[in-house]
Amino acid sequence: MSVNMQNMIKVFERPRSLTDAQFSYCPGCHHGLVARIIAHTIDELGIQDRVVVVASVGCSVTMYEWFRCDGIQAAHGRASAVASGIKRVNLDLIVFTYQGDGDLAAIGTAESIHAANRGENITVVFINNQIYGMTGGQMAPTTLIGQRATSCPDGRNAQLAGYPIPFAEMIAQLEAPVYVTRQALYDHKRIMAASRAIKKAFQYQIEGKGYSLVEMLTNCPTNWRMSPVEANGHLLNEVVKVFPLGDLVDRG
Amino acid sequence: MAEAAICAGCRAYFGYPITPQNEILEYMAARMPAAGGVFVQAESEVAAINMCYGASAAGVRTMTSSSSPGISLKMEGISYLAGADLPCVIINVARGGPGLGNIAPAQGDYFQATKGGGHGDYHIIVLGPATIAEAIELVMLAFDLADKHRVPVMVLSDGMMGQMMEPVALPEPIDPTSLTAKPWALTGASGRDPNVITSYALDPGDLNRINTQRQTRYRQIEEKEVRYRETETSDATIVIVAYGTVARIARTAVTAARSQGIKVGLVQPITLWPFPYAPLRALSSQVSPILTVEMSAGQMVEDVRLAVADRAETPFYGELGGVVPTPKDILREVKRNVS
Repeated sequence: MSVNMQNMIKVFERPRSLTDAQFSYCPGCHHGLVARIIAHTIDELGIQDRVVVVASVGCSVTMYEWFRCDGIQAAHGRASAVASGIKRVNLDLIVFTYQGDGDLAAIGTAESIHAANRGENITVVFINNQIYGMTGGQMAPTTLIGQRATSCPDGRNAQLAGYPIPFAEMIAQLEAPVYVTRQALYDHKRIMAASRAIKKAFQYQIEGKGYSLVEMLTNCPTNWRMSPVEANGHLLNEVVKVFPLGDLVDRG
Repeated sequence: MAEAAICAGCRAYFGYPITPQNEILEYMAARMPAAGGVFVQAESEVAAINMCYGASAAGVRTMTSSSSPGISLKMEGISYLAGADLPCVIINVARGGPGLGNIAPAQGDYFQATKGGGHGDYHIIVLGPATIAEAIELVMLAFDLADKHRVPVMVLSDGMMGQMMEPVALPEPIDPTSLTAKPWALTGASGRDPNVITSYALDPGDLNRINTQRQTRYRQIEEKEVRYRETETSDATIVIVAYGTVARIARTAVTAARSQGIKVGLVQPITLWPFPYAPLRALSSQVSPILTVEMSAGQMVEDVRLAVADRAETPFYGELGGVVPTPKDILREVKRNVS
C-alpha cells in the first residue's frame, strides 16, 4: 500500500528548542521526557531567545547541549544561587534550573531554600528519582525507607539515615514561592499534567510573579535494577505514597 | 574599596557578613541600588560566589568580598570561575587563622590566594595593596584585568586596611555601558548561536586542550602583568621584600634605617600572582641579604627564594596570629642581618 505523504499532517515532532545532540540518558529514563517537555514549553511560549538553562551536577550535567538556548553549568548544589545571579542582573532572561534530588535537597539545601525564600523569579525543575544516578546508585536524601542503594546495601534505615526529605512540602511553608507542585511521568495522563505544570511555572516567571518549584517524580531503571515498565509501576505503587502528587502552592 | 568598585563599573555585588570586611557589604547595600546595580546578601559565602558566577556569566562586572574563613568557602566557586573563564573580583580582607583564628590583620592566606586555593590547575591574579589609595587603584585595575584576561582577580588586603580611614581621591567613574562588549555572555540566544559557560569537559583530550590553552594565557599574564614597586635599591646593602600592610610599615623602617646610615632598599610586589620573579632575580646578583617580612610563618618568602636561588642570603622575619610588626621591629631585623 502506498502512502501519499502530501496528504499527511505532522502531529508530533522534535521541539525546535531541542538540538540534534543525542541524550546521554539510559533507556527508559524519564530525564529525556522532562527535557522534551521543557523544550516544547519554550517553543509554545516563544522564549527560546530569552532562556538560560542552568545545568547542575548529575546525569543532566550537559543539559545545555540539548537546548538551542544559552546555558551554564553550575557547581553541585549551587544552581539556584547561579540562577539568582543571572536573573538579578538581567530581568529579561527566563532562567530555569534543572536539579536532581542529591543536588537540590542534599548538597544544595541552603542555596535551594534561600532562593525560594527570596522569591527569586526563576523556575526550578526538581528531578526526584530517589537515588544518585550518575555516581552509580548511592542513597539520596529522597531514597525511600527500606530502598536499597549502593551506600545502603541493606536498604535505607531511618535510624541511621533519617527519612525521605519532603522538599516540596518544605518549600511550600515559605511565603515567597508562587507555585510549588509535585508531578510524575509514569503514564500519559501524568505526562500531560506535568507539561501543564511546567508551562504554568514558566508563564509565572514571564509575568514576573516569582519563584516556582516543579518537582518531578522520576525513575532510574538502571540504578533501581528494574525494567522501565517495572520502574513506572514502582513509582505508581510505592513512591507516590511517600511523595503525594499535586499542587502545594499556587499563588499565581 | 567598595566605591572604587562602583567607579570601575561594578553593578553586581553578592556578599555575606564576616569581620573585618562588613563595611564593604554594608556600603554596597546602601550604594548599589542608587548606582542602578544589584546587591544581594547571600545565605553563605558559597552562595555569594555562585551568584557572582551567574552574574558574571550574564556579562556584568561582578564582585564579592569576604575575610579569610569566608574566602575558604568561596574556593569552590573560584575554581569554577577559573574553569569557566569568567571574570570576577574578590576582595579578601584577610584575618588571623587557621580556623576561626581572630579578626586581626594577617597574611596567612598568601598560599591560598597565589597557588590555586581551590581544586584543579588554575591561577587567579592577586593584587596586594599597601594603602587605601593603592587599594582603590588596584580595585579599578582588578576589574580591567579580570575582563581582559577572563580570570578571577583577588585584591588581597588585610584587617588593617579593612578598618582604616584615610583621605583618598576617587577616580573618575566608568559608565558600565561604555565597557567592551562580552560576546560570550549569556544574554539570550537571539540572532546568534547559543552561548555556553561551563568548566566541564568529560573527554580527557578535550580537557587537556582547554587547560593547555588556559595555561598559555597564564604565561601571557606572567609576561605582561607583573607589577611591583622598587625603592632605594640602587645603593642598598640589604633589601626588604614585603607586600600589603607590611610594605607600608617597611617604608617607615627604610626611612629610619637610612637616617642611621644603613643602606636599605624595598621591593613591594603589587601582583602577588604573577610574582615579580625577574626583578628579584636581577636584584639578587647585586645585593645580599634579601630580607622578607610577612605577617605569616613564611609564605611569600618561598617565592622570593625561588627568584633568588643561592645568589643571595634570604632571611625571613614574620609575626603570627594578627600581630603587626612595628617599624622598630623591622629595623631590628635589618640590623641583625647587615654585617
